Amino acid sequence: MHEVTLIVNGVPRQARVPARRLLSDFLRHDLGLTGTHVGCEHGVCGACTVLLDGQPVRACLTFAVSVTGQEVTTVEGLAKDGELSPVQRAFAECHGLQCGFCTPGFLTTVTAFLRENPAPADDEAIEAVAGNLCRCTGYQNIVKSVHRAAELMAEEGP
Amino acid sequence: MSIATGRTQETGQGIGQSLLRPDGTLKVTGEFAYSSDLWLDGMLWGATLRSPHPSAWIRSIDVGPALKVPGVFAVLTHEDVPGEKFYGLEHKDQPVLAIDQVRYQGEPIALVAADHPETARRAADLIEVVYEVREAVTDPRKAAFDLTIPPVSVHGNLVRHQPVRVGGTFTADVVVTGEYEVGMQDQAFLGPESGLAVPAEDGGVDLYIATQWLHVDQDQIAPCLNLPKDKVRLTLAGVGGAFGAREDLSMQIHASMLALRTGKPVKFVYGREESFFGHVHRHPAWMRYEHGADRDGKLVYVKAEIVLDGGAYTSSSPAVVGNAASLGVGPYEVPNVFIDAYGTYTNNPPCGAMRGFGAVQACYAYESQMDRLAEACGLSPVEIRVRNAVSQGSLLATGQVIDTPAPLADMLRELDAMPLPGPSSLDLRELPGGVAQTTHGEGVRRGIGYGVGIKNICFSEGFDDYSTARVRVELLGDEPHVLVHTAAAEVGQGLIMVKTQIAQTELGIDRVTIVPADTTVGSAGSSSASRQSYVTGGAVRAASLAVKERLDALTADGRSLTQVLAEEGPVEETREYRHRRTFPMDPLTGQGDSHTQLALCVHRAVVDVDVELGLIKVVELAAVQDVGKILNPLALEGQIHGGTAQGLGLALMEEIQVRDGKVLNPSFTDYLIPTILDMPPMKLSILENPDPHAPYGLRGAGEPPTLSSTPAIAAAVRAATGLPLSRVPIRPDDIALAVLA
Repeated sequence: MHEVTLIVNGVPRQARVPARRLLSDFLRHDLGLTGTHVGCEHGVCGACTVLLDGQPVRACLTFAVSVTGQEVTTVEGLAKDGELSPVQRAFAECHGLQCGFCTPGFLTTVTAFLRENPAPADDEAIEAVAGNLCRCTGYQNIVKSVHRAAELMAEEGP
Repeated sequence: MSIATGRTQETGQGIGQSLLRPDGTLKVTGEFAYSSDLWLDGMLWGATLRSPHPSAWIRSIDVGPALKVPGVFAVLTHEDVPGEKFYGLEHKDQPVLAIDQVRYQGEPIALVAADHPETARRAADLIEVVYEVREAVTDPRKAAFDLTIPPVSVHGNLVRHQPVRVGGTFTADVVVTGEYEVGMQDQAFLGPESGLAVPAEDGGVDLYIATQWLHVDQDQIAPCLNLPKDKVRLTLAGVGGAFGAREDLSMQIHASMLALRTGKPVKFVYGREESFFGHVHRHPAWMRYEHGADRDGKLVYVKAEIVLDGGAYTSSSPAVVGNAASLGVGPYEVPNVFIDAYGTYTNNPPCGAMRGFGAVQACYAYESQMDRLAEACGLSPVEIRVRNAVSQGSLLATGQVIDTPAPLADMLRELDAMPLPGPSSLDLRELPGGVAQTTHGEGVRRGIGYGVGIKNICFSEGFDDYSTARVRVELLGDEPHVLVHTAAAEVGQGLIMVKTQIAQTELGIDRVTIVPADTTVGSAGSSSASRQSYVTGGAVRAASLAVKERLDALTADGRSLTQVLAEEGPVEETREYRHRRTFPMDPLTGQGDSHTQLALCVHRAVVDVDVELGLIKVVELAAVQDVGKILNPLALEGQIHGGTAQGLGLALMEEIQVRDGKVLNPSFTDYLIPTILDMPPMKLSILENPDPHAPYGLRGAGEPPTLSSTPAIAAAVRAATGLPLSRVPIRPDDIALAVLA
């Protein structure tokens, strides 16, 4: 068993886990943060994407022990003081989701992307989420959501 | 469980508005509880041992080694099934756990409950099963027609043969023939099967499950557990997509058996690989068509033989065959029809419901034929379709009169008039396949294709199809508030929103709460066949109107609604809603008013194909769909986009590859579904020609776009390559090798 110490959504967390415990299972089972979803277990669908020190990673391809000392942001950490982030609001407003299972992975990915590129062109917005699968929406409203989130962020400032 | 409250955006309330999803906030915060997220202290984890063979006798099962694993609480086989050993949607022919034989790869044989999921899986692997492997029956055409093939099912190898016979003229000036194949598509919802069974003090079980139809699950589970139905209580857990794959049972009985045996809550979560074996797929199809027309392109006759492989068990194959037969000529006026549609049993993976349900396969074939006919008659693809298009008053091949608006010719003209995208881009990033390819686009050709589809909405062929809604108005924080309770499954399609909007519209009250779906209210029927807006929408409307009538009477003396509710208490009504009756198809001629509603969608696809590499880029998809009445514009567009994308998947990439009865690609690495880079921008035109028989005039909208996008894309690729391409999905080597040859 290995000691893992990390910050999850701004809160220091500590646990003892086996070496092969995946970050996705660690978040869902050990910490009870079930907002991070597992859709394929091998890094294809992107539903489990979380931010590791601000960068998107596949939690299903990451061992929990390997992120010790780092900061993890999950979908549960995107809202601030009970208020939805611009990315969250945009996806809800633009019907950028239907069943919503893939949504946490899109939200974390887009959050990181818009920090780097706050006013993306269409092809940039599309490329940013090209590694995430959605089976319901046909992606059209997801593209709209990315642009709407950028708009909201521009209106509201950092 | 979540209870979501819907409020209108500034735009107002009720139907016709783009109300936000009441579950949207929970879904973007990560708080929405999917079936895989359920958790109880002390719960156990279930695992399933499945057959590695598509066909084998089981000579013995030794659970001893699994029972010895520390942390294992129970290991169960068919001997432990407390009641009936078989279940099924149409025929109870599927064993809860395999008894003396297995009929498909992945068939469940034994169950384990343990204190950790990995322990359960490892213990399951230790169960010793001795098989005597048999030769698998894997060719559905042989299964259908060769009587020397050993029967896979106790019913033989034919699930259903449905002929359609109209007229007697089967000669014409212009005749085109074709043989077409559709591969086995998977629903590939993002949230794999999962559920939690909790043993109850009364000896029953409470099951929290992602499903499409709570009551039909209950009907199948209770007899197998040897429990009365009221002791098998189901509550809908959050559903991560469905598309037909949750219509059959997966682990519902298994989890309940383990919970009852161990006295502890038991949770199952399938992984992605197991999910490919845990649900039915879209029937692969082999279709032979012959179309005869006069020199002006007017259809004289259609002959067709359609074989649909249902795999090892019945599932919903009979109804799928019925759809393929009754809609087998498409939305065209055809005076003479000779169709034989067959569903077969084989040792291939079981097939059943998937979005489009039998109509998808036939649509691909008849639309491919219409293009061949257009070419033979020297007409454009649009013109041949316009000349033969049905309209209100036309007859279907079943003799049923289309008695509601069906403006197919207008829809095609509107589609044709939509502006086309600009020419192929020379930007390397825009090439088919993207920058990593070896050419600079020298072999890129543009193609345009059209597809037309007709889908029955709601259940057909005499099924008693209804839904139930309980609507209650009460005071909450001194304000009138509506509670809407149905058993209808929200699977992502937005029913939760439509129910909210209908209650708002009929009651004039903005504050509506959708109570979680469960079996304490009457059946809502299935969230399939594009039927819930129609049927559950109709039930919510009827119950709301009944409540409104009582409220109107109570407020007639001049009291306000708030006053009335404060003095008289809550007002509640429950209503069942049925659509128009349908009738069986004649078993010999296929004639009969088998459908209650029909919906049309037309697609135009523009593709760029690198004919040397066989790579395809869909540049644009445009669609015109008649939905009767738009209930929620943004959500409706989402349905059309999503349905179109699944049709694109079937056209170009999605296929469960089966060899000798074994699945070769049960993962998202090898089973490809469209990404955002595969799915082009869409142009939509949505028409509202009301169906007077349906609530608000609406037409079910989820499935029709899944039909027509596939043949439109295939036609566009044919136009670009000049190749016949008679099979979907179209693979790169179908193009590149053919061009080389």
